[in-house]
Amino acid sequence: MRKRRLAAWVAAPLVVGLLASGCGGGGGGAAEDGIVSVNSTEPENPLVPGNTTETGGGNVLKAMFTGLVAYDEKTSEPYNEVAESIETTDNKVFKIKLKPGWTFHDGSPVTANSFVKAWNYAAYGPNGQSTTSFFEHIQGYDEVNPGGEEAEGSGPPPTATEMSGLKVIDDLNFEVTLKAPFATFPVMLGYTAFSPLPESFFQDPKAFEEHPIGNGPFKFEERQPNAYIKLSKYDQYAGKYKPQINGIEFRIYNELETAYQDLVSGNLDFIDQLPPSAMVGDKWKTDLQGRGESKPILSNNALQVPLYDDKYKDPRVRQAISMAIDRKQITSTVFQNTYEPANGWVPGGVIPGYQDGGCGEWCEFNPEKAKQLLAETGFQGPITITSNSDGGHKEWIEAICGQIKNNLGVDCVFNPVPTFSEFLKMHDENAHNGPFRFGWLGDYPAAETFLGKIYRTAASSNYMRYSSPEFDAAMDRADQAPTEDEANRLYGEAEKVLAKDMPSIPLWNQKASVGWSERLDGATVTFDRTLNFETVKLKS
Amino acid sequence: MGRYVLRRLLQLIPVFIGTTFIIYALIWALPGDPFAGRCGDRPCPPAYIAEMTEKYNLDDPIIVQYFKYLGQILQGDFGETYSGIPVNQLVADAYPITLRLAIVALAFAALIGIGAGILTGLRGRGFADNLVLVSTLFLISLPVFVTGFILQVVLGTELGIIKPSVSSQATWGELIVPGFVLGSTSMAYVARLTRTSLMENKRADYVRTAVAKGLEPKRVVGIHLLRNSLIPVITFLGTELGALMGGAIVTEGIFNIRGIGGLVYKAILTKEGTTVVGIVTLLVLVYLLMNLLVDMLYAVLDPRIRYD
Repeated sequence: MRKRRLAAWVAAPLVVGLLASGCGGGGGGAAEDGIVSVNSTEPENPLVPGNTTETGGGNVLKAMFTGLVAYDEKTSEPYNEVAESIETTDNKVFKIKLKPGWTFHDGSPVTANSFVKAWNYAAYGPNGQSTTSFFEHIQGYDEVNPGGEEAEGSGPPPTATEMSGLKVIDDLNFEVTLKAPFATFPVMLGYTAFSPLPESFFQDPKAFEEHPIGNGPFKFEERQPNAYIKLSKYDQYAGKYKPQINGIEFRIYNELETAYQDLVSGNLDFIDQLPPSAMVGDKWKTDLQGRGESKPILSNNALQVPLYDDKYKDPRVRQAISMAIDRKQITSTVFQNTYEPANGWVPGGVIPGYQDGGCGEWCEFNPEKAKQLLAETGFQGPITITSNSDGGHKEWIEAICGQIKNNLGVDCVFNPVPTFSEFLKMHDENAHNGPFRFGWLGDYPAAETFLGKIYRTAASSNYMRYSSPEFDAAMDRADQAPTEDEANRLYGEAEKVLAKDMPSIPLWNQKASVGWSERLDGATVTFDRTLNFETVKLKS
Repeated sequence: MGRYVLRRLLQLIPVFIGTTFIIYALIWALPGDPFAGRCGDRPCPPAYIAEMTEKYNLDDPIIVQYFKYLGQILQGDFGETYSGIPVNQLVADAYPITLRLAIVALAFAALIGIGAGILTGLRGRGFADNLVLVSTLFLISLPVFVTGFILQVVLGTELGIIKPSVSSQATWGELIVPGFVLGSTSMAYVARLTRTSLMENKRADYVRTAVAKGLEPKRVVGIHLLRNSLIPVITFLGTELGALMGGAIVTEGIFNIRGIGGLVYKAILTKEGTTVVGIVTLLVLVYLLMNLLVDMLYAVLDPRIRYD
């Protein structure tokens, strides 16, 4: 009797468990519901366009908001979405006319005010939004946000609450005046920070954070922090492409590896980054049977060189280091071809009309010339390369060091800093004593985003403290170019100045390696590595 | 007994304050600005950093910050993450899942572990004994991420018996494999602990007396021998539940379970001080209460142990 009861106790949970797991296993998501699931990370900030710069929240907002312009999925060329026309004669004053009929998800119309108020909110210093610096080209920015780039929030209080460069003419027209002519400005307008916001946001930002309301193809459905964010199709969407799917589920994964296992077994529809284990020996190609793609995106990596350090004052030293690095070898071995060797500071492939190759011979592997060049300068090692070690940068830095040792005959060591925030602190304090890692992700497809914020004198990410009047002047000319083609040509000239001075050493440009499930039909990936939700379809 | 429990509960207060203060100080005193790296590859605007610093009282000296935080906790408010989500909500979502996972793991450890321990402890040397010794050694020496990953790929991706990840509801059925993975090491320890304890007590005087009295062997083992031998096992299992709740980081990562382990891991990486301190506080409470429960169980198992 006693024994039998014991056996029952053991057996009952096992049976229940096996039955339950049997039901749970096997089938993937149902195709009938029309929901596409994609991998994601937990948003770091509240879901407000003006306060989101990282990809976890950015990808959700991109599906929920549509800006004045959008970018072509194949060519990355901007085209008008909410804007009917963006007109300018001098690249300084832009007259923006909106298309009628656009509405927010709560039914209220999208007006000129929705844009102007949203931009003013994002730019106003005391609101503490993380995208404020995107508005710095607009006249009056310094009055609403005088914090300065370097001062630790200790700037004087703002003297105005609205930027003088923004003027509402009527419901469908407004005018933007910039501080100086800037031809690339219309291209920027597709970035999420420039999204319009509904009136309800300004009344109660806190409620908006809990239930964001956009004007894009998908509306907010529900969210469970650390688990998922669900969006559903917005029926009154007025954009060029009406979504073909019923909704999106952004599923939050702790490990990329798990997301990949889910994708392979049909439990997930799209993954925006393949894990390293799938890249080894192109394993993903057999796993996914052609349901994947590797395409260049707006991202590059470089080694910035501290120009405040006397050892690195001579540009020939930097050029020699650059020529001693065999980029091709590192991208194919360490990165399994997920990166392409860089031949300039702007990744040409993804920016419409831009000619890459600005770095010229200095980015070509040439150990003899490198050694000869270094000998001329009398440079004595050692070289230390600094990076934060919390993001897995050890392998490629040690590979570079090995090449520098072999090809230049100077000693080279990797100097790891434990965390990214400590690394940033070293930038601020000019504490570098050798080259350091620099990664840049472009927000909109224009050459300017890879040059202006990094290499201009006192620019916000100019950690090299590079200051060249010649480069600044070249950038001014390019910013003020009358046409985009002309601007691209002039940015190319600015890049030539960089090649002469070599303030940083371009290394490689990143490619997005993505994969999708058998359910998706016509999956395309945008320049910022997300699935194009507006055009993707489900197989019936 | 009542006074004993009360005394133990009063001891909670200094332990609670001590641990939370240490964790709080450790997290917020880490070098580097916690908000500096939050805007992708570009530096964060000063206005943003100033706003966040003010929101988390970071301009105050650490002791003032701590007491402001403590005051908040005592009102049941664990604060907000940087993305504006109340920590209470995060914990409320994650705790039931982790608890369920820990119970599954503990059930595996207790049922299979004690079962194997009894089997080998009573019989002594032989094939079964060797088998259990070798297999427990094997389980102990395998790191959790190896067992987890192998089971995930073999059962999930290759055979399709389970889903490779656990859904956001995390039902009992979905948690069986992760629970087994999580409980595998404790299972091995429990088996060995039970076996040794039984072997020792088998030769004890009271067992000999019971046998000599002519009691049924079942009764000797079930009532006399097991009750005593399980004391170290219960101690182990009790503290293990606390450890499982906090230490499931690897398992939760592999199977994408939205539990406490993953939450605290991510919070440490992103320097989400409020989340870390909040969860650690709760873990401390779980540990203390489990210890209390274990101590009280002693008295039930062995009547010679009295607390008053």
